[in-house]
Amino acid sequence: MLAFTLRRLAVAIPTLLAIATASFFLMRAAPGGPFDTEADLDPEVLENLYRAYGLDQPLLEQYRIYLANVLQGDFGPSLVYEDFNVTELIAIGLPVSARLGVTAMLVALLLGATCGIVAALRHNRLFDHATMTMAMTGIAIPSFVTAPILALFFGLYLKLLPVAGWNDGAAANMVLPVIALALPQLAIIARLMRGGMLEVLRANFVRTARAKGLPERQVVINHVLQSAAVPLVGYLGPALAGIMTGSLVIELIFDLPGVGRYFIQGALNRDYPLVMGIVIVYGTLIILLNLMSDLAYAALDPRVRRTYR
Amino acid sequence: MTPLLEIRDLTVRFDVGDAELTAVRELSLVVAEGECLGVVGESGAGKSQTFLAALGLLAENARVEGSVRYRGREILNAPRRELDTLRGRRIAMVFQDPLSGLTSTLRIGRQLEESARRHLGMNARQAREKALEMLQTVRLPDPKHCLDLYPFELSGGMRQRVMIALGMICRPDLLIADEPTTALDVTIQAQILGLLAELRRLANTSVVLITHDLAVAAGLCDRILIMYSGRPVESGTTREVFNAPKHPYTAGLLASLPSLATDPATDLPAIPGQPPDALVTPRGCAFAERCEHVMDRCFAERPLLGGTRGRHAAACHLVSP
Repeated sequence: MLAFTLRRLAVAIPTLLAIATASFFLMRAAPGGPFDTEADLDPEVLENLYRAYGLDQPLLEQYRIYLANVLQGDFGPSLVYEDFNVTELIAIGLPVSARLGVTAMLVALLLGATCGIVAALRHNRLFDHATMTMAMTGIAIPSFVTAPILALFFGLYLKLLPVAGWNDGAAANMVLPVIALALPQLAIIARLMRGGMLEVLRANFVRTARAKGLPERQVVINHVLQSAAVPLVGYLGPALAGIMTGSLVIELIFDLPGVGRYFIQGALNRDYPLVMGIVIVYGTLIILLNLMSDLAYAALDPRVRRTYR
Repeated sequence: MTPLLEIRDLTVRFDVGDAELTAVRELSLVVAEGECLGVVGESGAGKSQTFLAALGLLAENARVEGSVRYRGREILNAPRRELDTLRGRRIAMVFQDPLSGLTSTLRIGRQLEESARRHLGMNARQAREKALEMLQTVRLPDPKHCLDLYPFELSGGMRQRVMIALGMICRPDLLIADEPTTALDVTIQAQILGLLAELRRLANTSVVLITHDLAVAAGLCDRILIMYSGRPVESGTTREVFNAPKHPYTAGLLASLPSLATDPATDLPAIPGQPPDALVTPRGCAFAERCEHVMDRCFAERPLLGGTRGRHAAACHLVSP
């Protein structure tokens, strides 16, 4: 298990290198530059700025310097947010994004799995059909559509919840962004859990468990849930990635001071180091979360445990 | 005396889309205290479905009619709570494929202990002891180590031993063994059958052995019931059925058994044709299409399994005109 983890971490290094390289060259391929403003700057000033940030060097040289700095943990200065370097900006935004993302993930996981389990146990009855209809709707509508609708309805029309803003993570401010972010994942998780349950409930070993005289509750808890959760756990990695990337847009819509806001501003402003820094941090997180999801997979299935060597 | 298990006019149907499939048709049988009954028939004859129905273990799309009495008490369609006190405790079932029949995510010990704790009121330590004792009884090598293994870590024969241990752990009155040796090779098969015979003597448990293999049934059973297309076609003691089969289907099955004296160059005699579709109910004898002694009457009128209880009988117009 330890060897498996270490090997996976070793494989992560070239992956991250590829991510850094791709984001570096893609950002540079985008037209425009960080200092393009409506009033044209004096060419001399511009040249000084370029020199100050090392942008006058050949591209490959810049790439080499950038990688060398990143390897030392230095993402460089922000080109647009003066007096801030990228690490500081991420340190400001990440706690907000993390709080939002973790809450949304927990909501999606707990509510989604519960709905899926109950739907499977009430197979083909009203609860099942109602949940699955709602789940289909949840999957079909992207969160950037749900978010403004939620804000309009609960914020402007009912005036129950704030339309936007963070307010230091007050519960009322978190409700709508969390719902918008969790909903699509919740829907997918509910469907996966229901599918897993229905398949396992038909399995021979469930019949054996019933033939042993175990009450249905014990059959489900001891013999069904663990196997039924396997497809769900396989999806945890992609789900977390979905929530993290979804968060970029949701933060903008609800005006939350998370990493997402910096990322989108950075992309619009061609703030190269900022965008690349966030891409690398998010890439690392997604790789780590995927690894955790694989380890959870092994915890659920003893046969998988044997193959992780 | 009330028999241990009495099944009367059991009919099992499955809803499959628009159609209805009949797996068991008005079947009656009796299992007496301490006896071993072999239920023999080819795939789809309704052997397993009969006993799954009796224990309320059928799939959700099944509909069941008739009566199943355990020691005189009606248990067909009984509430789950009542079934749970019976299943595993009084009537246990051993299934065919022990790999898919054991929970892959739980250790062997845990799966055995679960039964002991539920039915015998044991605490964790006692249940552990009991589980170990059962693995010794079914003669699993290194039983202590096996308690901590997962089903996939055992061989097929070992898994089947675990399955039997699971069935016998509460010393049930009746053990229903559904093709317990089908997935095993011949030497292991002989060992498992020997084990069943031994446990039977040890605990005076009645056994229903469901099999498609007449030879397997002959080795273990006192009485045999031959099933065809959801109905019993012949019943009698093992000796009667083997020595003087009354139904042409039974005779055909016996004729198609290979023996060491059979010349390998010649084809074994086979019964021509296929069993009828479970979607339709034939008006006459279900075997008529394949029978070499067929008469006009066979298509018009269904023969009944005549004879009084316990006597050698066959559902055929040849024997009960």
